[in-house]
Amino acid sequence: MTVKSTIEAIREAMHEELVADPRVMVLGEDVGTRGGVFLATQNFIEEFGEHRIIDTPLAECSIAGVSLGLAFRGLRPIAEIQFSDFWWYAANQLIGEASRVHYGTNGYLSAPMVVRIPYGGGVRGGLFHSQYIESYLYNTPGLKVIAPSNPYDAKGLLKSAIRDDNPVIFLEHKKTYRAVRGEVPDTSYTIPIGRAEVKRPGTDITLISYGLAIHYGMEAATLLEGDDVSVEVLDLRTLRPLDNETILESVKRTGKALIVHEASVTGGVGAEVAAIIAEGAFEYLDAPVTRLCGPDLPAMAFAPTMEDGFMVNTQKITDALLKLAAY
Amino acid sequence: MSPNGEKALSSTKAMPAHRRLGLTDDQLLGFYEQMALARIMDDRLIALNRQGKVPLVASCQGSEAASMGLALAAKTDGDCFLFPYYRDMPMKLVMGVSPLETMIGHIGKDGNTFNGGRQFLLQGASPNFPIIHLSNVVGSNLSQAVGYALGCKTLGEDTVVFVSFGDGGSSEGECHEAMNFAGVHKLPVVFCCYNNRLAISVPQEKQMAIENLADRAAGYGFPGVVVDGTDSLEVYRIAKEAIDRARDPSGGPTFLELKVERLKPHTSDDDDTRYRTPEDMEDSRRRDPLARLNAYLSDLGILTPAHDEQIFQESRAEVNRVTDAAENAPWPDASNLYGHLYAP
Repeated sequence: MTVKSTIEAIREAMHEELVADPRVMVLGEDVGTRGGVFLATQNFIEEFGEHRIIDTPLAECSIAGVSLGLAFRGLRPIAEIQFSDFWWYAANQLIGEASRVHYGTNGYLSAPMVVRIPYGGGVRGGLFHSQYIESYLYNTPGLKVIAPSNPYDAKGLLKSAIRDDNPVIFLEHKKTYRAVRGEVPDTSYTIPIGRAEVKRPGTDITLISYGLAIHYGMEAATLLEGDDVSVEVLDLRTLRPLDNETILESVKRTGKALIVHEASVTGGVGAEVAAIIAEGAFEYLDAPVTRLCGPDLPAMAFAPTMEDGFMVNTQKITDALLKLAAY
Repeated sequence: MSPNGEKALSSTKAMPAHRRLGLTDDQLLGFYEQMALARIMDDRLIALNRQGKVPLVASCQGSEAASMGLALAAKTDGDCFLFPYYRDMPMKLVMGVSPLETMIGHIGKDGNTFNGGRQFLLQGASPNFPIIHLSNVVGSNLSQAVGYALGCKTLGEDTVVFVSFGDGGSSEGECHEAMNFAGVHKLPVVFCCYNNRLAISVPQEKQMAIENLADRAAGYGFPGVVVDGTDSLEVYRIAKEAIDRARDPSGGPTFLELKVERLKPHTSDDDDTRYRTPEDMEDSRRRDPLARLNAYLSDLGILTPAHDEQIFQESRAEVNRVTDAAENAPWPDASNLYGHLYAP
């Protein structure tokens, strides 16, 4: 075990898979000599050569489409979209095409590809370098969508994604890249896609979240110990397919649920989780299912005052938990 | 090679064009028989559409020589992979897809190997053919074909990839991105643009400010060639050249602009009398690729009127047979709606 940052864990996952499987390739803008703008692919081109590590033109649609074509030929591409704000160009190839490959060929073809996408705010990225895109992706049947919160999960889930025979969108919260560090085995391991994890057991309220907000949720849960409120924290980790079973099992025990995410509230992952709880655990509820999410605004505003207003934080979560505890 | 192409079929009786290209009389007759079959199949699909039995037809009439000439080059080469588009039913026939499977696929009955009734126009992919035709979102197949070619090159294979699309599709940003990528990596791809001068109803002059789409290839660093797409042998000849160029270490992609005609409306849902003049349609009919190949074979005495009549009779009988068989085939089980969403 070594303490690593999230970006180091992500790099390690790709490195291990590039070594283990000659079919694995990496492509994207600046992933070669530059090593990626976040250095996720640092030194890959030197080690694996420019036939496996491809600096592409600045053109996201073809990054996704070329990846799909590589997958058709039996290779296992890992594409990097430099910022989530640029992924829209690739939407046709991912939502329109890749998601329908297996279904549309009646199970004959598959599309083993991973698209890594840095996303999220809190980094002063403003309106066009901070977007949350998971709401537009998680409701696409045929895609798998992963959003890890920490280095250990990032490495294990990314390795699973690379080995998966389906198109997987791997969402990496930019603020976790260096701010979130943790112990990561130096050896190979995987974490199954589609399983949520109880990060902290509790009995009064289930806090359901993913990505960066998990860390604020954990802080809030610790703070509330002093108020005799026992909060269970559930990290979804995979947004499609959602782990209905673990969500329901937890909420049935606690009777209250607070769903937290930074993406805009309307139609977000939280809306689906709330519906799952309403349908599967209605009789166990002691309070309305509650959401604490990003506002319905286009994206993050630039000035720090406004950015703080958009983002979820420990204080906002603590307030919401106390209100729910008192219900 | 000339846009209005009178030259290509020019040949002497002693050494006709097809023999110079290494095709025997019988091979070319077989090719003509397939084109006749494609025409009758297309007419039948349109008729079945009017009867409410085939929901959509994207007629191939007017682009058969392009679609089939490319396929003949690919098939005789033996190591080509195709990413066709929605007017390429004849391409699939040449590659060996049976008329029955074609008919079943268009009706949506059970038993096609491309999509199991999940898609129209026989889209999808089959383990039996070197073809991927995932969707009919125009332009989407270009970067996929480029990626496939990159994969072949990465694996050290000699496969050459063909991707076809229309003049309409050439306006998509995807087209630019794909050709640029292929140019950078000198990939073994043949970009085949069937230019019928109409994006449904929008004429070429409203789609682009140039006369020849092939001119664009220079911007991507590879050759663009204008081909008379109603001339089967010329398409075949240029396609073979493009295959050779794709495999040449100093070669790479080629852009073929196949000047074709659209003898029918865009699809069975379209009414082209709203935007085409009778004169324009008459001009198109004069460049009917089937009639052209017929004239070529007849001039050389390879095809007699009696033989021609026999070919059409047999094609009609075959299309009748597969129509009956497809109509009598079962529908896919409703449970096939589910399953195969994710690869295991």
